[in-house]
Amino acid sequence: MGVEEKLPSGVLLTTLENIFGYMRSAAFWPATFGLACCAIEMMTYGAPRYDSGRWGQEVFRASPRQADLMIVAGRVSQKMAHVLRQIYDQMPNPKWVLAMGVCASTGGMFNNYAIVQGVDHIVPVDMYLPGCPPRPEMLIDAMFKLRDKVRHTPIGIDAVEAAREEEQRQLTAPATHELKGLLR
Amino acid sequence: MTDEPGTSPENLHKESDANAPVKGAVPEGESEPDSETKQERLTGPESGIGSADVEATTGGAEIMAPEPSPEVLATRKGMFGVTGTGDTSGYGGLTRTIEFPGASSPPFGGWWDSVYERIGQLVPNYSDVITKVVIHRGEITFHVAREHLTELVQHLRDDAYLRFEFCSGVSGVHYPADTGGELHAVYHLQSMTHNRRIRLEVSVPDADPHVPSVVAMYPTADWHERETYDMFGIIFDGHPALTRILMPDDWPGHPQRKDYPLGGIPVEYKGATIPPPEQRRTYS
Amino acid sequence: MTSTVGDTTAPGAEAPQPTEDMYGVGGEEAEGHVYTVTGQDWDQLVSEHAERGDERIVVNMGPQHPSTHGVLRLILEMEGETITEARCGIGYLHTGIEKNMEFRNWTQGVTFCTRMDYLSPFFNETTYCLGVERLLDIEDQIPDKANVMRVMMMELNRISSHLVCIATGGMEIGALTVMTIGFREREKVLDVFELITGLRMNHGYVRPGGVGQDLPLRALTKVREFIAWMRKHLPEYAAFCNENPIFKGRLCGIGYLDLAGCMALGITGPPLRATGYDWDLRKKQPYCGYESYDFEVQTWDTPDAYGRFRIRLSEMWESLKIIEQCVERLEKMEGDPIIVPDAKIAWPARLSIGSDGLGNSNEHIKHIMGESMEALIHHFKLVTEGFRVPPGQAYVPVESPRGELGAHVVSDGGTRPFRAHFRDPSFTNLQAMPVMCEGSMVSDVVVAVASLDPVMGGVDR
Repeated sequence: MGVEEKLPSGVLLTTLENIFGYMRSAAFWPATFGLACCAIEMMTYGAPRYDSGRWGQEVFRASPRQADLMIVAGRVSQKMAHVLRQIYDQMPNPKWVLAMGVCASTGGMFNNYAIVQGVDHIVPVDMYLPGCPPRPEMLIDAMFKLRDKVRHTPIGIDAVEAAREEEQRQLTAPATHELKGLLR
Repeated sequence: MTDEPGTSPENLHKESDANAPVKGAVPEGESEPDSETKQERLTGPESGIGSADVEATTGGAEIMAPEPSPEVLATRKGMFGVTGTGDTSGYGGLTRTIEFPGASSPPFGGWWDSVYERIGQLVPNYSDVITKVVIHRGEITFHVAREHLTELVQHLRDDAYLRFEFCSGVSGVHYPADTGGELHAVYHLQSMTHNRRIRLEVSVPDADPHVPSVVAMYPTADWHERETYDMFGIIFDGHPALTRILMPDDWPGHPQRKDYPLGGIPVEYKGATIPPPEQRRTYS
Repeated sequence: MTSTVGDTTAPGAEAPQPTEDMYGVGGEEAEGHVYTVTGQDWDQLVSEHAERGDERIVVNMGPQHPSTHGVLRLILEMEGETITEARCGIGYLHTGIEKNMEFRNWTQGVTFCTRMDYLSPFFNETTYCLGVERLLDIEDQIPDKANVMRVMMMELNRISSHLVCIATGGMEIGALTVMTIGFREREKVLDVFELITGLRMNHGYVRPGGVGQDLPLRALTKVREFIAWMRKHLPEYAAFCNENPIFKGRLCGIGYLDLAGCMALGITGPPLRATGYDWDLRKKQPYCGYESYDFEVQTWDTPDAYGRFRIRLSEMWESLKIIEQCVERLEKMEGDPIIVPDAKIAWPARLSIGSDGLGNSNEHIKHIMGESMEALIHHFKLVTEGFRVPPGQAYVPVESPRGELGAHVVSDGGTRPFRAHFRDPSFTNLQAMPVMCEGSMVSDVVVAVASLDPVMGGVDR
């Protein structure tokens, strides 16, 4: 592999991006990382009513080597943190992380010694899904947004360009505590 | 004793079970060992207590126990967690004593008396073993001196009249204000034969937090004692493998003690910062 | 008491000197050699173990594994396919809920304890509230309607919890259809929960003093429809599993734990009832008015995984019976209070959807702002500081789908729990895993653990 890394920006590259994006987003295979209450909602997401098999996601692979999406569903304790990182490291590229529930996104209601305040302390997260626990419909929405994101991921030289633009944007963006106008 | 006008803080917390019907004390199982019980099942002499004493009184006859005097644990001053001249709220002068339900003395009423007397028959130095009996809200708590815990538990489990064969669990509580007995280990025992529940409480000081383990008598207490050690630092002597169970093996400190911080981080949200729960204003 | 790093000393031993190696405090503390595994070092551990000269393999199942009920770590020493020693590693979901509750109101404590055993949230809430009510001494003032509603929600929860146990148990042994139908039925229960409490899981519904919300319109109709649906579809599980030779082959004789073993290890719930002993707290030490309902305690005569499975199936039928009786009573209790009348302790939420689509207690706001000064004061005090509970301790256990669940609640007279410790059935029941698994094969471990039905949220709290 690596041919696409060397392609110049142009029609060929964007066509490849389309193909790659389409393939990758067509059927994620989630790695089972259900920890707590959100895991039950994740199971109902795979169950008949909110059938995730419609999008090819009913195959929850136990082995991280065969999975490409890690849905961190539930609260991550200090003891579990390194296990989480190990599972993430064992997944082959391309891989994405969806932090399901407030405990995975930010630590949730458990602001204490035992819970990691957000799995983004440990792994890079592509999609945050709030809720305690989020309804399966919310998880479906998050999956759709993630699929859109994956569908339009740039590759090769376009990825480098996109990263550079994003960095420029973040350097000039206001910090969270300066976003005054959004206070209700 | 009826409610007095709650003007003084002390009266607000006085507990009395003198007029309360005995709650939860109706024995639905057998109260006596049946005729087939072999003599060697009794770990002590034959009890002279008949089952007539055991029936709980209902309604009519009130149980006149002497009113237990409350036991002062600490005194709370002020409110909102503020002290010193900065406090202009007017609540600075508030003084409130924390009083726990005090010791009762026999007769307690109902089956509690038969249990108490039976223990007295089985254990020689009775008043050394059970330092205090507290009855509150229909539940009885025996405060046990730690040296005699294993002996007492052996009798509680094996004697046919007592038969507390089920230990629900071991719980730890940390009372920093109770100097000399900061760490309490609380055992909830249940007799399935007689359908009763009691509670044992052992207090140990911070400086010497050793309690004999009851795992030999109640194997179920294995993990419960490990958890109490993990969370409070109470060391159970005689436990087969006293290691941390909930926290990582190399975690320093014992989290559920009162002097261990909750460990939260301040939360930033759109221009405001909210401190973690332990640093917020308290109304207690 | 100062703690040193690596504080895993044996009882009575001297405190170790702080060493360079944080994980290096090894030695004679426990039986056998103690290993500390932190991750990324499994190879080192296995080679260390190999050097000791045993011919045995140590296999680590979990904490991430589809066949363990959540984040449970099973450490198995095996000789061939047979397990010679088995240990559980727990604590991977420890959330510090009990310590967190010490910094919240008594009523806010409900939202924390609900998330412990996340498959039976109503039971967590009820045992905690019963303990608080005993301390408050308002046990006999709880309105009848509140008790009936608590019973109904608890029995519905029992059905949904048993469905998850059967569904995941079936999935773990390969019977995937049982999983799909189990979750289909569970969705019906969750619909009822959503209608009555507003949430599918982790409801903060049972509060000290009663319940939070009254029944909405047509809730009882919906519950009756649910009962009819379940009566029609529960026999499917029996048809799939009861006489299925593969199912029986996998479950019969596995995870054997007789009465002596259960009593020694403190096991309660379906594993205890599978031995034939009909110990059920709903009958022996009734709470919330259970003594007035007509139902049977289910037992079985073989204390193995199959017996526990049959008990869970039959308990679902009994729960349906109880729910039907609750519905009959609730139909006569229209308009009754659902929470203690003492306004210093409780106010019912009375939520309704406003014109902007958000929920609010508009009636209540109108009352406190326009009609009653006392109500405003009570509301203010309840919202800012909460009510005060007299000092003391209480322990009121309930019969959760997994066994005896009890909350040891200690109060020091303040607005916050001084200590709330939960005796969780899964925590205690999981101690039986080594007893059930040593000597059997790896595939039987999966079945045995599934039959105990541990929920790691309750184990680790």
